[in-house]
Amino acid sequence: MQLDVDNVRQMIRAAIPHVAALGVDLVALEKGRLTLSLPYDERLVGNPQTGTLHGGVITTLLDTVAGMSVFTVLDQMVPIATLDLRIDYLKPATPGRAVIGHAHCYRHTRNVAFVWGLAYHDDRDDPIAHCAASFMLSTAGAPPRREPA
Amino acid sequence: MAEPMDFLEQLKQARTSGEPDRIMQAIPYSRFIGVRAIVGADGAALCELPFADHIVGNPTLPAIHGGVIGALLESAAILALLQEVDVTQVPKTINITVDYLLSGRGQATYAQGRIFRQGRRVATVRAEAWQDDRDKPIAAANAHFLLV
Repeated sequence: MQLDVDNVRQMIRAAIPHVAALGVDLVALEKGRLTLSLPYDERLVGNPQTGTLHGGVITTLLDTVAGMSVFTVLDQMVPIATLDLRIDYLKPATPGRAVIGHAHCYRHTRNVAFVWGLAYHDDRDDPIAHCAASFMLSTAGAPPRREPA
Repeated sequence: MAEPMDFLEQLKQARTSGEPDRIMQAIPYSRFIGVRAIVGADGAALCELPFADHIVGNPTLPAIHGGVIGALLESAAILALLQEVDVTQVPKTINITVDYLLSGRGQATYAQGRIFRQGRRVATVRAEAWQDDRDKPIAAANAHFLLV
C-alpha cells in the first residue's frame, strides 16, 4: 500500500483545498478501508431552521473518503476520477455533531475501482447516508484527460 | 440578517417573487460554496457556481471537487422543484445518483434541473451541470425527493 497516515493527512489538510476548507480529519486507515471525520460547522447547514447539514456536504465527505479509499489498494498512486456516485440519505445528520465517513474499496480492476461507503455519527449500524461509487483509474504518468476515454 | 422567517415561508416567497436567489442566500451551505440562483433567457431558474479556490478538489488541473459538483446538481434539482411545486414541507432528498462526465475546470459552472415525474409523495428530478457549452455537460444527476 502506497498511502500512509502522513499521506492522508497531507491530502486532506493541504493538497485538496475544498476538503481542507471543510476541516476533514483522519480517523482510521487500513488497506481497502478509510475513515474520515467532518466537524459540524454552521457554514455547512442546509436547513437554517433545523440546523441540519446540507446533503451536498455529505456528498463531498463520501466522495472524498470513497476516492481516497481507492488509493489504499493501489500499488502506486495514479490519478483517479469519479465515474459515478449514488447516495441514499437515510436520516438527517444531528445538528452540532461531527459526521464520520467510512469507505471500503472492495474491488478494483486495471481500469475501474468499486467502493461502498457510509456516513454516521458514532454508530455504523445507524447511518446517515450510504453510497456506492465507481472510479476510473488513469494510467500511471499519463496526464489527466479532459475528454472521457 | 433580517428577522429570521420561517424557512418554508422563505421557500414559497422565493417561488412567487421571481427572485429565486433569495432562497439560495438563505441557505448557509449555498453561501459557503458560492452558488447563486439566476434566471435564464427562457425565464427558468438555474444555478450558477463561480469558480473559487476553496471549492477545488485537484489543484494541479485545477478541477472543482466532485462533491461540490454533486452539491450543485442537488441544489439545481431542489431549485427546479421549488419553482414548480407548491411544497408544504421542505423537500427531503431520498437519494441522488451523479454521473461525472468531464472534470470541472477553473471557471463558472451552471446547473439546471427538470422534474421528470412528480407524484403525491415523491418527485423524480434530473439535473445537468455544464461550463462553457451546455451541450457538453460535465455532470448529470438523477434524484428523488420526498415531498411530504
